[in-house]
Amino acid sequence: MRKPIEQIEAATILFAGDSGDGSQTIGAQMTETTALVGNDVATLPDYPAEIRAPAGSLAGVSGFQLHFSSEQIHTPGDLCDVLVAMNPAALKVHLQKLKPGGILIINSDNFARRNLRLAGYEQDPLTDGSLTKYQVFPVDLTRLTRKALEHTELTIREIDRCKNFFALGMILWLYNRPMDYTMKWIKTKFATKPQYVESNILALRAGNIYCEATEQFATSYNVKPAEFSPGTYRNIEGNMATVLGLVAASHQSGLPLVYGSYPITPASDILHGLAQYRNFGVVTMQMEDEIAAVGVAIGAAFSGALGVTGSSGPGLALKSEAINLAMIAELPLVICNIQRAGPSTGMPTKTEQSDLLQMLYGRNGESPIPIVAPTRPYDCFDTVYEACRIAVKYRTPVIFLSDLYVAMGAEPWKIPRLSELPTIEPDFAKGFSQNGNDGDAFEPYLRDAETLARPWAKPGTSGLEHRIGGLEKSDVTGNVSYDAENHEKMVHLRAEKVARIAQDIPPTEVFGAESGELLLLGWGGTYGPIRTAVENCIADGASDVAHVHIRHLNPFPRDLGEVLARFKRVLVPELNSGQLRQLIRSTYLIDAIGLNKVQGQPFHVFEVEAKINELL
Amino acid sequence: MPGAAPTLTRKDFESDQDVRWCPGCGDYSILAQTQRIMPELGIPRENIVFISGIGCSSRFPYYMNTFGFHTIHGRAPTIASGVKIANPDLSVWVVTGDGDALSIGGNHFIHLMRRNFNINMLLFNNRIYGLTKGQYSPTSEQGKRTRSTPLGSLDTPFNPISLALASGATFVARSLDRDPNHLRTVIKQAFEHKGTSFIEIYQNCNVFNDKTFFAYTEKETKAENTVFLAHGEPLLFGRELDKGIRLNGFQPEVVDTTNGDYTRADLIVHDRYAENTTAANFLARMSDTPGMPHPVGIFRSVTHPCYEDLMTHQVAFAKERMGEGNLEALLNAGETWTVT
Ligand SMILES: Cc1ncc(C[n+]2csc(CCOP(=O)(O)OP(=O)(O)O)c2C)c(N)n1
Ligand code: SF4
Ligand SMILES: [Mg+2]
Repeated sequence: MRKPIEQIEAATILFAGDSGDGSQTIGAQMTETTALVGNDVATLPDYPAEIRAPAGSLAGVSGFQLHFSSEQIHTPGDLCDVLVAMNPAALKVHLQKLKPGGILIINSDNFARRNLRLAGYEQDPLTDGSLTKYQVFPVDLTRLTRKALEHTELTIREIDRCKNFFALGMILWLYNRPMDYTMKWIKTKFATKPQYVESNILALRAGNIYCEATEQFATSYNVKPAEFSPGTYRNIEGNMATVLGLVAASHQSGLPLVYGSYPITPASDILHGLAQYRNFGVVTMQMEDEIAAVGVAIGAAFSGALGVTGSSGPGLALKSEAINLAMIAELPLVICNIQRAGPSTGMPTKTEQSDLLQMLYGRNGESPIPIVAPTRPYDCFDTVYEACRIAVKYRTPVIFLSDLYVAMGAEPWKIPRLSELPTIEPDFAKGFSQNGNDGDAFEPYLRDAETLARPWAKPGTSGLEHRIGGLEKSDVTGNVSYDAENHEKMVHLRAEKVARIAQDIPPTEVFGAESGELLLLGWGGTYGPIRTAVENCIADGASDVAHVHIRHLNPFPRDLGEVLARFKRVLVPELNSGQLRQLIRSTYLIDAIGLNKVQGQPFHVFEVEAKINELL
Repeated sequence: MPGAAPTLTRKDFESDQDVRWCPGCGDYSILAQTQRIMPELGIPRENIVFISGIGCSSRFPYYMNTFGFHTIHGRAPTIASGVKIANPDLSVWVVTGDGDALSIGGNHFIHLMRRNFNINMLLFNNRIYGLTKGQYSPTSEQGKRTRSTPLGSLDTPFNPISLALASGATFVARSLDRDPNHLRTVIKQAFEHKGTSFIEIYQNCNVFNDKTFFAYTEKETKAENTVFLAHGEPLLFGRELDKGIRLNGFQPEVVDTTNGDYTRADLIVHDRYAENTTAANFLARMSDTPGMPHPVGIFRSVTHPCYEDLMTHQVAFAKERMGEGNLEALLNAGETWTVT
C-alpha cells in the first residue's frame, strides 16, 4: 500500500555536515529538481572559510538551506521544516534553526563518542532526551550506503563519499520529487568516471527505497507548482547571473569584454564563469593582484573595450586609486564588489552590506561614482547590465555592489528575450577621415550637452591622438591644468555628470501603501526578508506600511525624497550599522530609523516583522 | 588602412605641450631620440600608445603626439597590458622610472616581463626619486645619502637587467641618455622584437643625482668603463679596444689583448640569442666585480609566444570547438522549463 501524501504550501530544508560531506552538492541538486517541478525556490549556502577544517569540528560545518513553495517566495526561509544532520557538529550548529516539531534526520553512524566530543556534546543527544521537541529519525546512513554499494569496486572511502546522495534520495522521497534530474546530473558530472555514476545513483536509489520500505517514514509531502508568469525559466545563482549579464552587455553593445580579476571569495565564481566564454570573445585575465586586475580593465577601456573588474571588500580597497584614475579619465569601467563581512579579512564566507560608504567615499578627492546594487540572485543580470549601460553612456566607472547572500543564492529566473534588453551604444568619437575636419585638434573633454559625457576616442583612429591622465585637466582640451577656477569647475562637472544619471533611471516603485505610517527602505540583498515581512504584515491587516527597495544608490532616484516624505516614519533595515540610513538622513534631512544586523547572516523575516510591529 | 602611410618626420611626433623637465635633464635626450626614431618604425601615429606611471620620466606621454595615458604610480604595466589585450594591433610603449617600475610597481614589472606581451618598456634609471625631490630609489647604491637617508641608505640595490632576466624577459637591453645613436638603435630593435622589450636607460638627473653615470657616458671615461655588447663579437673595450674579458673559472677577468698572452679566441663571445640565460645573467652581474666595465647593449633577445597571440588563439580555438557565442542559447542553457 502506498503511504499517504500530505499537501503542504511550502517547506524549508537544511542539509548540514562536514565540509567534505557534500551538503552543497545535494542542496544544489534538490534546488534544481524543485525548480524544475515548478516550485518557487530560494537558497542560502552557509559554508566555512576553511577548505577542510578538522573533520567533525564545529568550525567545519557546511550547510545549505533551501525554501520552496507553491507561492512566490523571496527568501530561503527563517526556520526549517527538515534538518539533515550528517554529524553531531552539524546538529549542534544548526538545531536552533529547526522548527519545534520539525523533522530531524540524523546519520546515527556518526554519533560515536569521539564525534560527540568533537562537537562538544557531553551526552548523546539521541538518547539524553534533549531532542523530544522534534520528530527524530536516526538513520544508519553510512552503514546503509556501504551495504547498498557493497558489490561495487569502490574502496570504503569512495563509498562513504556517496552517502550524501543516499540522504538526497531520502529527501526526494519525502517531498515526492523525481530522481531523474539528479541522475542526469550525476551522469554528466562523472562522465569520465563511470564507476562513480553507478555508485552515486545506487546510493540515491537506496535512500529513496529506504524511506518507501521502512516503517520509519509514514507520510510524505507534496508542494504544488507555483504560479509563474508565462515564459521560459531556469534556476540561477547570483554570480552566474552576473556573468551572463556581463556577457549580454558585451554582446548587445558590440564591445569585447575584458575581465581582470584576482581570486577572492565570494567573487571568484565570476572569474570562473566568464573564463568559460572565450567563444564569445570574452578575455579573462587572472592578474598578479587586484590593482593589476583593475589596471587591465582600465587599459582595455582606453582601447575601446568593455573593461570590467571584480573583487570583494579587501580587493576594492586595493583598487581605489585606480578607480579614481578611471573616474578622472572619464573612461567606462564596471567594478563588481561582491561584499562579504568585514572589516579587513573579516568573515570571507559570510554576508554583509558594509561596503556602501567605502564605495561612495573611499577615494581621495571628490570622486563621484555611480553605484547600483542587485536585490536578489536573478536581479544580478539586470543590475550588472545596467552598470554597463551607465558606464558606457556616461563614460564613468560604475560600481556593481552585490553581496555574498545574493551572489551565492539561487532561484528561478525568467530568461529575458534579447529584444527586451536596453541598448548600449558605444558611440565612439569619429576620426578625421570620418568627419573630414582635418584641421581641428581633437578635444577629448568636450562634453555632450545632455549627459556631460566626454568622447570615447579609441587608439587606432586617425586624428584622435590625445593624452589623458590623472592630473587635473583643463575643461574641453583635457590638457594638464593647475588653474584654480578650472579645477573647481571640473570637480563640479564630474559631480553634475553623475547626478544627471538620475534623469535616466526609472521612478521609485512603492509596494503597499502609497503613503501613510511606515515605509521600509532597503537596498541590495535584504530585498527578500523585507518584502516578505511587509507582505506578511499587510496580510495580517496592516494597511499603512510600504516597501521601497532601491537599485540605484548613487545617484538616488529623482523622486526618492518625495516618496519618503509621504510616510510618517522611514525604517532602513541593513546588514551594517546604518550606512544607507546615514545617507538618507543627510540627503533628505529625515529622521530615518535603523534596523541593523551585523552578524554575517541575512535578516530573518521575523526580525523585520517584529520591528514593523513595534513601530506600527 | 589602404595605401602607404604618409612619410612622417620627427616634428609629427611632437605634441603642442611645453616640455617641463629641468634644463639639462637626461629625459630631454631620450624624448628627442624617441621622436627621431618613430618615423622610421613605419607605423601610423594613431596606432602608437605611450603609457606611463608617475615620476619625472612619466610625463613623457604628454610630449608625444600619439595616444597617451599618464596613469598612476607603478601601475603602467597593468594598463598597458589592458590596452594591448583589447587591441593587439597597437604599438604599446611603457615609460617608467626606477622608483615607478621597481618600488611601487615591482610586482607588475616582473609579471609584465613573464607574460611577454608585445610591449616595449623604457625605464629611465636615474637612481633617484626625481619628482619627489631626491629620495633614494631601489637602484641607488647602498649607503646613498639623500634627504630621506641622511646617514646613508641601508638596502642593496636592484639590478634591473638581472631582475628582467630573472622574470623571463625576452628582450633585455641597456642604453645611455648621452649616447643618442646607440639609444635610437636599441629603441628600434626593441620595437622590432616581438615580445616584451625592456630597455634600462641610464639617465642623468642633474638636480638630485648629477653625474651618477658619467663614468659610463662621458668621453673621457666611457671607453674604459663600459663594454658595448655586439652579437657574435668578443667582449672588448678600452680606448683602443685593447682590453678583453675572459672567464677565469666562474669569474670575469680583464685581459690585455695586445701583448700576445691572449687572443680573441680566449674571450667571451656575446650571444644575444641564447635561450639559456646563464651568460646573460653573468653579463648583468659582471660589473659587481670591481674593475669590470658596465655592459651596454642588448643582453638577450629571444622569441617566445606573446600573451596576446596566445589569447587570440584560445579565443579562435574556443569558437572552433564550441561555435561562435550565441547569446540566446547561452541564456537558455542548462535545464529550463516553460510556463504558458
Ligand atoms: C601612490 C603614490 N605614492 C607616492 C607618490 C609620489 N611619487 C611621485 S613620483 C615618485 C617617485 C618617482 O621616482 P622615479 O620612478 O624614479 O621617477 P623619476 O621622477 O626619478 O623619473 C613618488 C614617490 C605618488 N604619486 N603616488
Ligand atoms: S628632477 Fe631630475 S629627473 Fe626630474 S626633471 Fe629634474 S633633472 Fe630631470
Ligand atoms: Mg628615478
